[in-house]
Amino acid sequence: MSATEKAASTTEAPASGGRVKLRTTNVGMIFQRDGKSLPVLENIDLEVGDGEFVCLLGPSGCGKSTLLSAMAGFLTPTSGKIRIDDEIVRGPDPRRIFVFQERGVFPWLTVEGNIGFGLSNLSRGERVQRVNHYIKMVGLEGFERSYPHELSGGMKQRVEVARALAVNPDVMFLDEPFGALDSITRLIMRGELLRIWHTERKTILFVTHDIDEAVQLSDRVVVMSARPGRIQQIVPIDIPHPRDISSPRYLELRDGILGQIGLAHRL
Amino acid sequence: MGKNALKSHSWLKPGLFILVLLGAWQLAITLHPRQLMPGPWKTAQGIADLVPHGLIVKDVVASVFRVTWGFLLAVFVAVPLGLVVGWYRRAEMALNPVLQILRPISPLAWIPIAILWFGVGDLAAVFLIFVGCFLPLLLAVISAVQGVPAVYIDAGRNFGLSPLVLMRRILLPAIVPRLMTGLRITLGIAWLVVVAAEMIAVNSGLGFLIVDARNAGNRYDLVVAGMVIIGVVGLLLDNGVRSLERANALRWGFEEKG
Repeated sequence: MSATEKAASTTEAPASGGRVKLRTTNVGMIFQRDGKSLPVLENIDLEVGDGEFVCLLGPSGCGKSTLLSAMAGFLTPTSGKIRIDDEIVRGPDPRRIFVFQERGVFPWLTVEGNIGFGLSNLSRGERVQRVNHYIKMVGLEGFERSYPHELSGGMKQRVEVARALAVNPDVMFLDEPFGALDSITRLIMRGELLRIWHTERKTILFVTHDIDEAVQLSDRVVVMSARPGRIQQIVPIDIPHPRDISSPRYLELRDGILGQIGLAHRL
Repeated sequence: MGKNALKSHSWLKPGLFILVLLGAWQLAITLHPRQLMPGPWKTAQGIADLVPHGLIVKDVVASVFRVTWGFLLAVFVAVPLGLVVGWYRRAEMALNPVLQILRPISPLAWIPIAILWFGVGDLAAVFLIFVGCFLPLLLAVISAVQGVPAVYIDAGRNFGLSPLVLMRRILLPAIVPRLMTGLRITLGIAWLVVVAAEMIAVNSGLGFLIVDARNAGNRYDLVVAGMVIIGVVGLLLDNGVRSLERANALRWGFEEKG
């Protein structure tokens, strides 16, 4: 086990070869529950390049969401440091937006109001222009004045992604953003996220427990093991976009990760 | 058309029930003729007596006026305070024992103090309504704030909102559905308190009308007339807030979460 970890930590360098955007050094997290210490994360060393798309993949309870929350500044690690642009993360910051499942959309605001939420410091004209740009980008024209309860799950998810993009962050954290969607909508949303990522070039950290999703989307897949969560292996996905999800290389990578997690590809 | 028919149908049963009650009331009064208690017919005449002098309008307006001021005062103090206290949980812990001691004290117990401080007059009544509304509203706001889903607060913090802005742009709108329920309950309390306050602390309004009618020659027809009017106005106030509540629920689709 520790041998694979060692092996993993030597492959931590970002695949994109660019500047390091986010770096965690020896991050550990211990929760206190009923007077007992519960180690959730241990020894997390990871570097994410600028503009890179990285998936954190693992079984439920492996601490991947906790790691994401800590990177976004909502939680402080018990040990170790998280740095973004060589600056230690001390709290949430508008330069790095966390996208929740569609639960994070404000039900008291319209689509316009939600997307423009982080733009109150802009002039009215600029704000309207920016909001309209992102409404178009996520394909919600005609729903500007709708309230979230009038939208489908996929549309609400688009609102949240657009709200995040509108403040032009460098980093986006997505915590199983498509988990609550039906499988067809989920596929469409993956395609749209990739399209947006190609045009906007944000650094994206994406938490999922879906192996296919991870291999379809990311530059590198960080495979995590459970209790306490550790990085088991980092798998670079060297298939160019658009990815053919029936190509031998795709299946090979997917099966490799399945093997990593300890699941043979048969039921 | 079909909807209208259904609506009138929904009035049918309660309407019939009211008629049956009125009949039973009239019957009881006819069986005991020497009672001071008026029957429905005499009560209706009592209401009719009050109308021509404009008395009724004057009293209703006086009561509604006091309720409005006392209630609004409570809203403007309790809502911001509740937001702050709900947000800073430590402050809540410091405040909690005091709130729990003050809570079981009936607003009516404050009547002597109200008169001591403000004399007999509108201010005393407004103060009593404020006292009656303030605590329930404060507690409703605090618990509503603590019930706001963490994801809204995290999202707000992520966009760099300071605590004050976060209260205005996240907490306040997020608690509106539960706040509306709190407001409706509180307005009901205000309407209960105003009648009691007017019996002692002022000489106008529906509460005063009732004691005055009794003191000035046992006009129990006017007493019961006053009670009926109190019921009707109270119902109208409640319906007013309720329709506001519904408009909001409809707009945000909040009903299932509120």
